[in-house]
Amino acid sequence: MSEPADLVVVGAGPAGMAAAATALAGGLRVALLDSGTALGGQYWRHPPEHARAAVPTDDLHHGLDRYRALCGALAAHRTAGRLDLRLGHHAWSAVREGDGFAVHAVDRREAPPETAVVLRAARLLVATGAYDRQLPFPGWDLPGVLTAGGMQALLKGSGVAAGSRVALGGTGPFLLPVAAGLAARGVEVVAVCEAAHPRAWLRHPGPLLRNPDKWAEGAGYAATLVRHRVPVRPRTAIVAAEGDERVTSVRIASLAPDGSPRPGTERRVQVDAVGVGWGFAPQLDLLVPLGASLTDSADGNAVVAVDRGQRTTVPGLYAAGETCGVGGAALAVNEGRLAAASVLADARATPVPANRRLTALRSAVDRQRAFARAMALAHPVPPAWSSWLTDETVVCRCEEVTAGAIRTARADGAPDHRQIKQLTRAGMGWCQGRMCGPAVHCLTARRRAYEPAERLVATPVTLGALADLDEDPQVSAAPPVPATSAVTADSSETDKECP
Amino acid sequence: MSEIVVDGEPLPYAEGQTVAAALVAAGRVAWRTTRVGHRPRGVFCGIGVCFDCLVTVDGARGQRACLVPARPGMTVTTLEDDDE
Ligand SMILES: Cc1cc2nc3c(=O)[nH]c(=O)nc-3n(C[C@H](O)[C@H](O)[C@H](O)COP(=O)(O)OP(=O)(O)OC[C@H]3O[C@@H](n4cnc5c(N)ncnc54)[C@H](O)[C@@H]3O)c2cc1C
Ligand code: FES
Repeated sequence: MSEPADLVVVGAGPAGMAAAATALAGGLRVALLDSGTALGGQYWRHPPEHARAAVPTDDLHHGLDRYRALCGALAAHRTAGRLDLRLGHHAWSAVREGDGFAVHAVDRREAPPETAVVLRAARLLVATGAYDRQLPFPGWDLPGVLTAGGMQALLKGSGVAAGSRVALGGTGPFLLPVAAGLAARGVEVVAVCEAAHPRAWLRHPGPLLRNPDKWAEGAGYAATLVRHRVPVRPRTAIVAAEGDERVTSVRIASLAPDGSPRPGTERRVQVDAVGVGWGFAPQLDLLVPLGASLTDSADGNAVVAVDRGQRTTVPGLYAAGETCGVGGAALAVNEGRLAAASVLADARATPVPANRRLTALRSAVDRQRAFARAMALAHPVPPAWSSWLTDETVVCRCEEVTAGAIRTARADGAPDHRQIKQLTRAGMGWCQGRMCGPAVHCLTARRRAYEPAERLVATPVTLGALADLDEDPQVSAAPPVPATSAVTADSSETDKECP
Repeated sequence: MSEIVVDGEPLPYAEGQTVAAALVAAGRVAWRTTRVGHRPRGVFCGIGVCFDCLVTVDGARGQRACLVPARPGMTVTTLEDDDE
């Protein structure tokens, strides 16, 4: 695409794909970038296009018709020169520049070597999704213990099962497709430990009744699990993982309503892999530094605040999908469309789309958000989860900070995860608190929504890639560069070596 | 099936798989040790967020195995402490 884009979309999951397709259909030129090697994000994660025959994973997917339709629309616009599609590009920073935005990315298609790329447009749409929310427990850093999403990513993206005898644990309906996918590939799923009780859903019957498609999807997974004799155990948790060089067993306990293990219910189950997930935490790295306001969502996360048309509080900046709150792929698609409709209206590229369609889209989003809220309330982080921790349990995997150290810092008066970071280094390592942040927050300030730390760069960038930048007023704003070959976010605060 | 070279040994993979997926498919769950406790680590988040899966690829250190697509002849070195 030779002419500059009118809109940059970061993230090509359900939200970003739908947004790009709608904006293109409305006549805009779009640049769409994603760090992954294929379109689809997490829900429609696929091997790269050229490898689909070598690694067939279509049988693990839902809603592939919609995915194919979106892929087809994007391909047609790409051929017509209106879509600048950048797979294998990781955006590390987005900044205001004049009336628009500059998105700084590294092209990693030939990784490890990487090159710097800048994409500019008057408008920016961030659809960067979410990652698994984790709660630590003794042994959770043993090899073979994965996030539930990580297991799903290996399965859908590479056709690989993480083990042959697997236990899953955590909370939320997402555990079911992971279990169903593993079972369909011949894995023995010995238990799905769901900390909540299904009864909790009955407190919010309205959203359930108004979202029958969600139940149909759930019933499909349930049927698969019954067929493969996978036991789903409500109000149960994996409270410890055991093993030496890798996980060999888990300890499973029944939970009291507050989430504390019921004495005498604990039992040991042999496994060779474990998947855990406590919902998701939105990926706000590009939005927070741009100054977009955040708001509380019902699930304990702060999410980016958007109006009825997916506009953030920053003019020209839009958001869609799980950055605005975790609610599944169907909601993400509708939010993407709605965001693009706002971009079109604001850019006045076309007449404002017919009101009736927009109203229908809004009411679908409202209905699906109500469902997401009911889901969050039915699958909370159990208040007493920290009773599973021993003082020796590693909480920050990168810096190996223990629960004992965090408890001491809290007793010394640290009010939140930021202060804990100063005192203990939890959140200062490679992942920049993405893994331990929500848990450390729950251990200190659980009455507030979790707001991630502001990160100056969203991915480590090599000095070589930075040096490639021909003209870049923003590079000087990057953190002081350590003597090695890359910068990581917050490297000003850490003495950690970089890649 | 093509091959990458992991610590000097050939490791087969299917086209499209990541380095992490190739290692897991071969039954390897740990390929790194941590700096302080020398704890074994492998893939955890699977999507590039946790940095547990670090390897050296073609001489470039600190690469996330779960993000790097395997390519024929690619050399991967494991088992380095993460601050080496
Ligand atoms: C690992 C994982 C697996 C999941 N699997 C399922 C599943 O099987 N079924 C299900 O119902 N739900 C699943 N989910 C839930 C899922 O988040 C949503 O339902 C859905 O995919 C959300 O769509 P989205 O477009 O908002 O975000 P996503 O699908 O997460 O898409 C966001 C995209 O943005 C890209 N991205 C993020 N940051 C950057 C950056 N800085 N630069 C460039 N690109 C970037 C990512 O690579 C990703 O492709 C999963 C979530 C996770 C974390
Ligand atoms: S497994 Fe988390 S970064 Fe690779």
